[in-house]
Amino acid sequence: MAMNYNAKDEVDGGPPGAPGGTTKTRRPDNTAFKQQRLPAWQPFLTAGTVLPTFFIIGLIFIPIGIGIFVTSNNIREIEGNVFMYYGLSNFYQNHRRYVKSRDDSQLNGDRSALLNPSKECEPYRRNEDKPIAPCGAIANSMFNDTLELFLVANESDPTLTLIPLKRKGIAWWTDKNVKFRNPPGTESLKERFKDTTNPVNWLKPVYELDPEDEDNNGFINEDFIVWMRTAALPTFRKLYRLIERKNDLHPTLPAGRYYLNITYNYPVHSFDGRKRMILSTVSWMGGKNPFLGIAYITIGSISFLLGVVLLVINHKYRNSNNTADITI
Amino acid sequence: PPRRKQPRRAGWRARGRTRTVRSNLLPPPSAEDSVAGATKGERLQRLGCVQHVADNRLKTTKYTLLSFLPKNLFEQFHRLANVYFVFIALLNFVPAVNAFQPGLALAPVLFILAVTAFKDLWEDYSRYRSDHEINHLGCLVFSREEKKYVNRFWKEIHVGDFVRLRCNEIIPADILLLSSSDPDGLCHIETANLDGETNLKRRQVVRGFSELVSEFNPLTFTSVIECEKPNNDLTRFRGCIIHDNGKKAGLYKENLLLRGCTIRNTEAVVGIVIYAGHETKALLNNSGPRYKRSQLERQMNCDVLWCVLLLVCMSLFSAVGHGLWMQRYQDKKALFDVPESDGSSLSPVTAAVYSFLTMIIVLQVLIPISLYVSIEIVKVCQVYFINQDIELYDEETDSQLQCRALNITEDLGQIQYIFSDKTGTLTENKMVFRRCTVSGIEYSHDANAQRLARYQEADSEEEEVPRGGSSQRGSIGSHQSIRILHRSQSTKSYWRTGSRKTLGSLLDPTHHVYPFSPQEKDITPDPKLLEKVNECDKYLAISRHQEHPLAQLSPELSDVFDFFIALTICNTVVVTSPDQPRQKASHGVPPRAHDALALLRSPSVVSLPEGEHGSLPFRELLSGLRKMQQGASHRERLGQPTPAIASNGYSSPADSWEPEYPQEPQPKQELRFEAESPDEAALVYAAKAYNCALVDRLHDQVSVELPHLGRLTFELLHTLGFDSIRKRMSVVIRHPLTDEINVYTKGADSVVMDLLLPYDARGQHQNKIRSKTQNYLNLYAMEGLRTLCIAKRVLSKEEYACWLQSHLEAESSVDNREELLFQSAIRLETNLHLLGATGIEDRLQDGVPETITKLRQAGLQIWVLTGDKQETAINIAYACKLLDHDEEVITLNAESQEACAALLDQCLHHVQSRGSYTPEKTESCVNVGFSSLYLASATSTVSGPSPSLVIDGRSLAYALDKNLEDKFLFLAKQCRSVLCCRSTPLQKSMVVKLVRSKLKAMTLAIGDGANDVSMIQVADVGVGISGQEGMQAVMASDFAVPRFRYLERLLIVHGHWCYSRLANMVLYFFYKNTMFVGLLFWFQFYCGFSASAMIDQWYLIFFNLLFSSLPQLVTGVLDKNVPAHVLLLKPQLYKSGQNREEYRPRAFWLNMVDAAFQSLICFFIPYLAYYDSDVDMFTWGTPITAIALFTFLLHLGIETKTWTWLNWTACVFSIFLFFTVALIYNASCATCYPPSNPYWTMQALLGDPVFYLICLIAPITALLPRWVLEFVSDFSTHTAAILLPKDQQGAQHSGHKCTIERGHRAGGPGGSGPRVLQTRRGCFGSMS
Repeated sequence: MAMNYNAKDEVDGGPPGAPGGTTKTRRPDNTAFKQQRLPAWQPFLTAGTVLPTFFIIGLIFIPIGIGIFVTSNNIREIEGNVFMYYGLSNFYQNHRRYVKSRDDSQLNGDRSALLNPSKECEPYRRNEDKPIAPCGAIANSMFNDTLELFLVANESDPTLTLIPLKRKGIAWWTDKNVKFRNPPGTESLKERFKDTTNPVNWLKPVYELDPEDEDNNGFINEDFIVWMRTAALPTFRKLYRLIERKNDLHPTLPAGRYYLNITYNYPVHSFDGRKRMILSTVSWMGGKNPFLGIAYITIGSISFLLGVVLLVINHKYRNSNNTADITI
Repeated sequence: PPRRKQPRRAGWRARGRTRTVRSNLLPPPSAEDSVAGATKGERLQRLGCVQHVADNRLKTTKYTLLSFLPKNLFEQFHRLANVYFVFIALLNFVPAVNAFQPGLALAPVLFILAVTAFKDLWEDYSRYRSDHEINHLGCLVFSREEKKYVNRFWKEIHVGDFVRLRCNEIIPADILLLSSSDPDGLCHIETANLDGETNLKRRQVVRGFSELVSEFNPLTFTSVIECEKPNNDLTRFRGCIIHDNGKKAGLYKENLLLRGCTIRNTEAVVGIVIYAGHETKALLNNSGPRYKRSQLERQMNCDVLWCVLLLVCMSLFSAVGHGLWMQRYQDKKALFDVPESDGSSLSPVTAAVYSFLTMIIVLQVLIPISLYVSIEIVKVCQVYFINQDIELYDEETDSQLQCRALNITEDLGQIQYIFSDKTGTLTENKMVFRRCTVSGIEYSHDANAQRLARYQEADSEEEEVPRGGSSQRGSIGSHQSIRILHRSQSTKSYWRTGSRKTLGSLLDPTHHVYPFSPQEKDITPDPKLLEKVNECDKYLAISRHQEHPLAQLSPELSDVFDFFIALTICNTVVVTSPDQPRQKASHGVPPRAHDALALLRSPSVVSLPEGEHGSLPFRELLSGLRKMQQGASHRERLGQPTPAIASNGYSSPADSWEPEYPQEPQPKQELRFEAESPDEAALVYAAKAYNCALVDRLHDQVSVELPHLGRLTFELLHTLGFDSIRKRMSVVIRHPLTDEINVYTKGADSVVMDLLLPYDARGQHQNKIRSKTQNYLNLYAMEGLRTLCIAKRVLSKEEYACWLQSHLEAESSVDNREELLFQSAIRLETNLHLLGATGIEDRLQDGVPETITKLRQAGLQIWVLTGDKQETAINIAYACKLLDHDEEVITLNAESQEACAALLDQCLHHVQSRGSYTPEKTESCVNVGFSSLYLASATSTVSGPSPSLVIDGRSLAYALDKNLEDKFLFLAKQCRSVLCCRSTPLQKSMVVKLVRSKLKAMTLAIGDGANDVSMIQVADVGVGISGQEGMQAVMASDFAVPRFRYLERLLIVHGHWCYSRLANMVLYFFYKNTMFVGLLFWFQFYCGFSASAMIDQWYLIFFNLLFSSLPQLVTGVLDKNVPAHVLLLKPQLYKSGQNREEYRPRAFWLNMVDAAFQSLICFFIPYLAYYDSDVDMFTWGTPITAIALFTFLLHLGIETKTWTWLNWTACVFSIFLFFTVALIYNASCATCYPPSNPYWTMQALLGDPVFYLICLIAPITALLPRWVLEFVSDFSTHTAAILLPKDQQGAQHSGHKCTIERGHRAGGPGGSGPRVLQTRRGCFGSMS
């Protein structure tokens, strides 16, 4: 008997508690979470919340739209700093193989990448056994027309006044200072790029992009940096120069005749492309684009209208049937 | 060897599926000379070639450390989606087509694989731990070296080992019982771990070993056991044991102790291991968890294929576009065209092919990689919430709903057909004795009925049941208290933790001792009947010593006496008293010897000289027979009288038992009856109320105590157990008062009535009794009572001897023993004398009618499949509102296949034509039609809107025939409810299968007993009721509920929610991915179809996985499109799930169109806003990503009907996560992430007002249409649900709805009264 008892203890382990009463029940906890009774808000169900939302959207969107529209249209006045863009159309900078064709390490001044560029740059990786700097299709296809703007003094006097175009300050600060760096060293840029060759389409090597300004030469040339930021859509513009405002009293570009001198290097006819030059100022929301303003006004109006229509329907329904007012 | 001489008749041997087991202690026959002191290893090696040495190690783990990775990956790649994603990821390694960095592209699929692998690993580890625990349990195994029993681990047991088990130990393997401490060679086991039944089963020592006087010595065991190969049939074991001398003895399941059971009430047993480890029946039965694929998942897989098709189309379109584009620009040497690395340019065709592959990679998001994982997560959470629902918790049994299948929660919301068992499912299966009729006189027990009504009122308080005897334990002697401890607490709790998985006993077995409530125990006796019983008792007490004590009683009183004796002993109820272990104590003197001693001592032996002498020749006859039959050495298995104990039955209790059993339960002590079925217990309690108490049952005797007569001990000669074919059970006893051999039979009235003594002229009185009883039986059935007939047969000695001979033959036959025993039972149970009948009430469970009404309103069609008789079933059906008195009941009882076919045609015709006829006309037409053909077998009355169908088992068998099943189904479809009576378990499952396959309907089967298991397994959703009849139904089920009424909430609330949540989530998944991919696709028009992506690859890959996954999971788990109380109030809302309204092809395509529209908006607003600007690709793509995220969240916001703080948190978290990750990512490295190189992009964007402006307008614009649509449709549907007229709610088949209702109205409301009567008359008409 004792043995039996031991055997039982051995297996059972715990004390032989009474089976009924004291044992804890399996009743689930009566908490709001477990019983799925969390306080809930039903925002999109009742007419009481949906209809006001439509009106609120309408009331908010229409003023915003008008504001944007006005701002956008005001850009026309050439006051303040004027931005000079070149525009290209039908140029697929977003093509998959094109976008990949660059070596960020090389552009960041990495020595080994400079001499041995990434495979992604193929076939613009090496030329005649010399590494190309900067390598890749993007760099190779860099826009290289030169634009010069002159102010014609007046009808009778064809004297051309060159408008000073600022070459710097057109690229993102982080690009210029973080992403793009010349190869390190104290010797001249030419020395630093000595074992490399220029991209096949380029007329001059990378260290001669802006021979006048050491801070705008080589990889940190801002024209180059701007080009390397590949455009999202096949029709795009890129910032070319800044025309700074000199005097608060006068417009930056006074009314008059202007003369644009283009040094034509860049072929676009082959792919049915077009080139443009755009002069524009910017507002707080960027360049001129009436779309957003119109969109806001339109959507705001539609929303408002829907609100009215639904209100009418709802009102009719309610009148025909009182039980529709249910709370669920 | 003697074996060869045996004729190989038996199937199990003829097919060569046998196993031979020898003792491991013996040297193998081939190597007689082997060394005595062989080491264990050697021994095993030797035995390995001789016999199958399976060890008892349990291994349920799937993996080992080494095999885990390959095996798990192999398993995971069985899921097609995984293969697809890996393929795509690998495609990235091909430079010409790669879209992303190859390593990055692998990340999501590796993540998904890793999560799944981790889950599998964890599961496997817990299996390993539980295996380890079980493998290291100890038990006593006989050691050859030490010549005694030593402790070994379970895993070290081998086939052929001798194991010694003590009381309350768990049986480690399937063991053949060779020796028991019980003097009768018996052993009790509890099989709760196997089948949940807690009543003790009796096992018997193998014939030829039970009479060994000395203790069994394994060393002398030289016999060879030949038995079946391991199989999973728990109810069968066949084999034979061949002794050295060539003698053979059969082995049956009574000899086998099954692994997982517990030894009870037996001090120690010894046996030889026959099957070990995974060959044991317990483990062969453990088939592991069920995997069902839900309806919704099937539909979803179909839509995934659509997505694949869409993906291919988009890619093809893009490829063609790219080819054309290449053709256009290539010749022109465009600056932006990048030639191959060798300078040559790609041909347009090659470029198109590359583009196609790249597009597939870029657009892979369309196939939602996280969909499957998310669905699994959501389902697990849904299951958690269902389990936690307090409304589904049953106070009474302390059990809550259990979800056993994790992946079909949403099927609960789509059920169309419910197949329900009746007994125990609709009813309590707590049998209460209600009325009885004895000798043709009815005793209505009115007081009983009143008391029951009172109980029903004060239900919950009264149902506190004293469980076990723990509270009364204090006062008894230490010797016995130990035993009580063993019995009442036992080792169940241990098994719950240890082997739950291996043995499949998922429920706590402690709750399944029938908790008899006061209703069952307290029966108020009918005063008249009680008086008669007392009269008998008093009279017999006086006349007991006369020669024919019963002869002096009037036939009626004699019947009354026999009736109660039959109630008391014609069963397998075992008596326990709280203070007394249910056991024949093993006192120093074995009971038989002590009986004999007592007889010698007792003077009362002398007082019964007639009996003693009268039985002597008979006993000699018996023993002669036995010698003929068997070798002289074999004693009978089931305790047939041997000369030594035959006198047992004559001993009067007062003198022979009292001195030896001082602790004998006193009449005033409470006795507990443990019965295999509640009916039996109810009858025993009823008899006890009439002071005819069962006080003791041993395997060869039953004692009954009466107030005046004292204890009567009946010698139990045979018990012919109940089986579902005979539908009755019998006991053969020797009556202590008359010394006659009596057969008491108790069984279904339909069967027993046919076995009565044939009519004859002289038995006029008997005939009258018989017809009266039949009338009362009909009355009982109409009240919904379960009826049983009690009958008796007096056997003359010669008859008995004659029968016994054949019976012994049957018992000892090795081969088709079961069938012979069946035949033998049939030979005995004839020419019965009817004593009376009982009506037992099986109360409806609480809330059943309400639940059925609600489920009906929810559009569910309810079929009841029961084994009960037609009348009882119909009345229960009326009681639970399944049948309505206003409605027509078509009764289908056919005697033959042809009749059934014709009937079906008639009914079909009738049902179809009812729309065009007025009800009166239809009625007459049908009646004529039926009566002309099968008046006796078929009746139909027309009374209401939609008919109900009642069909009996035999007709069902015909109707399920291939030729008729379509007609039957068509008819059944028209009917409001279908009631199948007298159906077998197989028929039940066939019906379910038929409906499921032919009607393509979602089916739910609910039941509580073993007979429902097949039905539960076949149905789409199986629900088990953890009720009175063990755990088999629960084990087979997907969901286990404590009561039928919980089905309402489970389906109408949780089913609706689960379906709606999951359907919406799946749709949302498709929407989300399509919309995201749409953005990329539109971009292709502006990048020369070059498969370029303006969205950074990191966002592209992690967007689905990280940024937008959490809110939809929260919504998928918590959203409630309609609150619970409204669902319960308006069950018809359930129909949306049945009709798959939320996730149907239309919804899918509408969603896809919406996704396309939204992606257009989300693409073109930024496009136009940034048109002709100096924006670069990723500074433009990032706002699009942000817009997409906002749109997704807003869309989800519209879809989410209830916003809790969790939804808010998830949304805010998603946005926060996106911006945080983007800011960190964009600031982390200036050159690291080619080609996008998004350094400082996000930071720059945050300073750009346009970014905010487009982020505000685009999502709102994109969602405006959906918002309006949703608002309008919500508004109208909710209104419609409220307005839905009540009489339309129940109608299921819309096509017939109108006509039915029109007919109903035309018929008018007045006719319901008489029609009810007609219906009932119809039932009886078919019987008489």
